[in-house]
Formats: sequence, structure tokens, C-alpha cells
Amino acid sequence: MTDRAEAIAVENLHKRFGPLEVLKGVSLTAREGDVIAIIGGSGSGKSTFLRCINMLELPSAGTVTIHGEQIAMKKDGRGGLMPADRRQVQRIRSRLGMVFQSFNLWQHMTILQNVIEAPVHVLGVARAEAIERAETILRRVGLFEKRDAYPAFLSGGQQQRAAIARALAVQPHVMLFDEPTSALDPELVGEVLSVIGDLAKEKRTMILVTHEMKFARNVANHIVFLANGVIEEQGPPEEIFGAPKSERLKKFISSIH
Amino acid sequence: MSGETSTIEVTALTDLPSGRDLLKPHRIALIAIAAVMVFCIAWFMRWDWLPEYAGRLAQGVWVTLLMLFSTASLGFLFAVPLGLVQVTGPWPLKMLAKGFCTVIRGTPLLLQLWLLYYGLGSLFPQYPEIRQSFLWPYLREAWPYGVAALTISFAAYEGEVMRGAFAGVPAGELEAARAYGMSRWKVFRRIWLPRAVHRALPTLNGETVLQLKSTPLVATITVVDVYAVISKIRQTTYLTYEPLLFLALIYLCLTAILVVAFRTLENKIPTRGA
Repeated sequence: MTDRAEAIAVENLHKRFGPLEVLKGVSLTAREGDVIAIIGGSGSGKSTFLRCINMLELPSAGTVTIHGEQIAMKKDGRGGLMPADRRQVQRIRSRLGMVFQSFNLWQHMTILQNVIEAPVHVLGVARAEAIERAETILRRVGLFEKRDAYPAFLSGGQQQRAAIARALAVQPHVMLFDEPTSALDPELVGEVLSVIGDLAKEKRTMILVTHEMKFARNVANHIVFLANGVIEEQGPPEEIFGAPKSERLKKFISSIH
Repeated sequence: MSGETSTIEVTALTDLPSGRDLLKPHRIALIAIAAVMVFCIAWFMRWDWLPEYAGRLAQGVWVTLLMLFSTASLGFLFAVPLGLVQVTGPWPLKMLAKGFCTVIRGTPLLLQLWLLYYGLGSLFPQYPEIRQSFLWPYLREAWPYGVAALTISFAAYEGEVMRGAFAGVPAGELEAARAYGMSRWKVFRRIWLPRAVHRALPTLNGETVLQLKSTPLVATITVVDVYAVISKIRQTTYLTYEPLLFLALIYLCLTAILVVAFRTLENKIPTRGA
């Protein structure tokens, strides 16, 4: 298991919002093909942690290494950190596929334009090639017929699948999912989870923050339970859900069922 | 808000009832009344002066359109940075932009126009350096002052509109753009600006129509636009109503064309809800 290359290595990550310390030293390593689910109550810092990986949130301390390349940070002069080289961050981000809770599709572009935007305008892929790839991906997520529609005319589930297609289009090293089903009507959750489930089966490296425990148990090979800004417990799903050790995790799991 | 009024205008002018809707009794009555009015206007009023002045009128319309498009496009170019710095800028720039918009929007356009033309315009000739410069042939004309005043005015109003439009683009979409590795400039060019412009289009439509109706002010500083031509006709023919009615018709047509053009632009990207 451990001979697979490290895709993401986070060391001792801290994040403070003013006087509030949201993350108090979190370390996590994801290897190629890992599907890691981060669970925890609201306010546990799980979304913040995910957003620190691609520097959408700037950590106050700690290091993030992606594909063996550590993101160079420098002091921002206010007790926090900022990227030393903006270009490096942009380059690293361009190969991380992020899926947001509220989809965040670009509303002034069609679905196809959304999907080819980053490949064409960030990665420099030829337009024709990007379109060809995008159409293949859209077929996979079942949105080929909707490629010329604008996001506002799609259901939440369709929008989120389009957002996943957008993430896939950059051929990401790692996919980051930030509560991808939390903004969806209950009857639309299934279609999105099944797409994510398929990706997990392909052994794509993914880190997902989720409230869907059953889903996390089924697709993830590693579960991280975050509480009060620290990793309270982690391990394979059978152990986390079957034989939780810490009191907090026991309580958390029983509160969900 | 002006955004709402302009949408109403747009609806009124382009969503004409079609087919059978047009033939409801009250509509037939209204159409008949309109036809009678048009007939009376055409038959009982004097229009024999029209052919004689047609060339000059066309020239005037051309000048009006030139004024409108040059000042609206130039003004919009200034409006984008004006709006942007009010949303993102460091505070000195923010205050400057805000001050500019407030002063210009708080004073009459006619006053600004006259300050430029009679104020600056009469100051310039006192300096031989200016009189000898390559700019002089332009600076002694009237139209540059008209263009300047109308541009400044449009920039100030649209700066405010663009501020709202920039601020209104959902933060999540900008964040997504950053998350996919776009540089600040690329986020601006590919996502923020087009999104803001699209949001602002209905308002811009209304403001452009208002700008069209501000252009006659340049007649007061001797620029011969369509309004000035009509004034001239009134003076030489001693007619009052006919030239003015005709002028109204010209502005109505121009407005309709603007509204339809903007509508087409807006419909390129359909939106739902807000």
C-alpha cells in the first residue's frame, strides 16, 4: 500500500481567523489512488482544511506538498503566511480539480464552455482537442445533451455533475470535493454521488469533505474524523464506522444514525 | 433603481403583441385613433420643407450618432476602471473614483459642458504654447468639448453602474476561477468583467438611451447635431410644431434601434431569475 507515490502531503497545518484557531495542526498524506473522506461536525474545520490544500484559504502555519512539490510560503507580516510565488500556486492549482458545495459554474458560459475554459485558457490545450475531451467527459457524467445550455437552466444535480466535468477536464492529479451534495435537494443527491462513486472506482485520487456517511463508508479507503481543528481519529472505514475508539467519534456516528 | 426602469422600457418596446392579440377590440380602436392622428399630421400640417433640409437633417443625425457612440464607448472604457477601483481598489483610488462619480452625477451636464467650453475653451487661446501645438486645430473647434463633457458624464454614471455590477458577481465564481489556476488578470478578463457587463447590460441600455437624449445639449455650444438642424429649420420656416414633431420621431426611432440592439445582446446569454 505504502509504495504508491504521495499525491498530497499536508504537514502540521494551522489556520487562524483572528483569535479563532480553526485548524490546530493537521497532517494528512494522500497517496495515488487514495480516496479520503473527511468527516466531522459543522465548524470542525474540514472545509477550511480542504481549501487550504489549494490555497483558497491561506494557512497560518504548516506546509502543503503536492506531487512532491512543496508550495513555497512566506510571512505576510500579519502573523500568517502567503504564497512566495503566485505563479507556482497557479500552476499547482491548475491540476487540482475542485468541486464546490454551491457548484460555482460560470453563469455566462454554456456547460461546454465551462468545461473547456480551464484547459484552453489556463493549460493551453488546443480548442478543438479540449472540446473533444470535454464532450467525452460530458457524456460520462450524462450531460452531453446539455452541453450548449447555460448553468441557470440546469437542476442542481446537473450543475454539480457539470462542475465535476469541469474538474475532470483539467486531468487533475487530485480531485477535491467540498461538500458536493450539501446544497442539493435530497432527490438529486444520488445522481451526483453515483458519478463520484464511479470516479472512486477508477482509482482517482480524491479528497472529499462530506456529510454523506454511508457514501463515505462505501467509496473511501480512508476516513479522517476532524473535531475542533484536530484529527481526532482516522483509519479505514470499517474501523471508523465499525469500531470507533474516541468518545467524540462514537457520539458523532450515533448522532447521524 | 434605473435598472428596473430600463427593463420596463425594453419590455414596452420589444414585446409587441403578435398575431391575434393585436386584433382585440380596444387595440383596433387605438390603432384607428393613431392612424387618424398620423393622417391629420401628414395632411393638415406643412411638410414641404422636408426635402429641402433632408441632406442637412441626415448630416445632423450622423453627428448625433457620432456623439452618442463615441462618448458612450469612451465613457464605458473609463467606467470599467472607475467601477473596479471602487470595489477592489486601495482607498485613495477608491475615494478618488467615488468623488469623481459624486461630483459629476451631482451637477447638471449643461453646467459641465459650459464649464469646459466657455471656461477651458476660452482659457486655452491665452497660451501661445497651446495655440501653436498640434492640438490647436481641434481645441478651437466646439465638438471636442462636447465629446469630453458627454464622455465624463457617461463615465461617472456608468462607473457607478459597473461598481454595482462588479460587486454583484458571485464570489464563488471568482473563487472557482482562482481554484482552476487563473491569474488575477485572467480571472478579470475571462470571468469578472464579462459577468459584470452582462449583469449591467439592462441598465447600460437605459443609460445609453438617456445619453442619446443628452446629446442635444451640444447644440448649445455650436455643434450642429440633429437638434441644431431642427432649430435652424424653425428659425427659417417660422414653423413650430412640424420640425419638433419630426425631431421627436427621429429620437424615437433612434431609441427603438438602441433598445432592440441591446435586447439582442442580452439575449445572447439567457439568464433565469435575477
